[in-house]
Amino acid sequence: MASKGSEGGLGIDPMHQFVIERIIPLEFAGIDVSFTNSSLFMVIAVILITLFTTVTMSGRAMVPGRWQSLAELSYEFIANMIRDNVGTEGQRYFPFIFTLFMFVLFCNLLGMIPYSFTVTSHIIVTFALAIVIFIGVTIIGFVTHGIKFLKFFVPSGIPVALMPLLVVIEVISYLTRPISLSVRLFANMMAGHTMLKVFAGFVVGLGAIGGWAPLAFMVAFTGLEVLIAFLQAYVFAILTCIYLNDALHMH
Amino acid sequence: MADTSTGELHSEVGHGDDHGSSGMPQLNAADWAPQIVWLTITFVFLYVMMARIALPRIATVLEERRDKIANDLDKAADLKKETDAAIEAYEAALAEARAKATAIAADNRTKLNQEIEQMRSDMEAELSAKASEAEKQISAAKSAALGNVRGVAIDVTEQIVQQLIGDDVGEAALAQSVDTELNR
Repeated sequence: MASKGSEGGLGIDPMHQFVIERIIPLEFAGIDVSFTNSSLFMVIAVILITLFTTVTMSGRAMVPGRWQSLAELSYEFIANMIRDNVGTEGQRYFPFIFTLFMFVLFCNLLGMIPYSFTVTSHIIVTFALAIVIFIGVTIIGFVTHGIKFLKFFVPSGIPVALMPLLVVIEVISYLTRPISLSVRLFANMMAGHTMLKVFAGFVVGLGAIGGWAPLAFMVAFTGLEVLIAFLQAYVFAILTCIYLNDALHMH
Repeated sequence: MADTSTGELHSEVGHGDDHGSSGMPQLNAADWAPQIVWLTITFVFLYVMMARIALPRIATVLEERRDKIANDLDKAADLKKETDAAIEAYEAALAEARAKATAIAADNRTKLNQEIEQMRSDMEAELSAKASEAEKQISAAKSAALGNVRGVAIDVTEQIVQQLIGDDVGEAALAQSVDTELNR
């Protein structure tokens, strides 16, 4: 099996791009805290976002240039998203939603660069984000409504006989939120990148005679993947807003 | 050709075993800890950067712009109001001036008419006075002339009677018969 890996162009492993490589192996208090390729791209994303939101605004121009417009646009995009989905009470969580959206977006987009690493293609990263959101939203719900937040699981206007069944369904659907939220992003990223790699393998395998067909597909699919990178960041942020709205306003 | 390549790729997926995972590196639990740790570090850092520096800065810029636009619009509205007031004042002044002009014109017209009327009536009075005086003179002259006619008539009658009869008839009888003839 290992020998096949060196069989020319077809020796491409579509899953190899997701392998975590320890650039600087580190250990702290018995925990592996190695600086990996994933960490590297997280750091790059953070630096790029910071530059994107600060350097572009350094001019503080009354009439914005291209980059300043872009930074203002993303600010207002998230601000409007929160205003529409959560309302004025949601403004407190604006920095978090903005950070979340920009982080996911930049990680997704950085992943589109060949030979780069896609941070969000790892379930553990998306799940960590989702579980933090889930726990945070649940705490906000209980802090805002106290024990009345449990009414969230009791649908109104339903026959009493159906109540036990529906409460169970509501609780399960609530508990699966972090899973659906994290798997949606992770699966989209992994599937897209795997697909690109597989078709890249076809291009090499079919050579100059038949390789143009998968190549053309790849070009189109790369465009779609960029769209998905945006869309999934948007979906991640807007679902967070919707969960937050549920916690603040209960249905 | 496609069949062979997919077949080979299938075997390649199994190749992932070399990395110590069952095909999906995402499920390699040994890699989870560093990812969570670095995700926490980078995300918290990014959150602090956004919440403390970047977002307030963007917010101030947007707010300043909104204020400036609002101020400019207010200023424009004020200026428009001023312009309207100025136009109104100008029109009021114009109307006043026009009214004054017509008043002056009407005043002058009536004054002139009065003067003309006055002069005409004065002239008429003068003329009628002169006419009546002249009439008086004429009637005086006429009566004087008529008085002379009686004397002459008496004289002529006396002469004629003397010539015809050769006798004096008497002054009184002559005057009486002349008067009778004249008054007939």
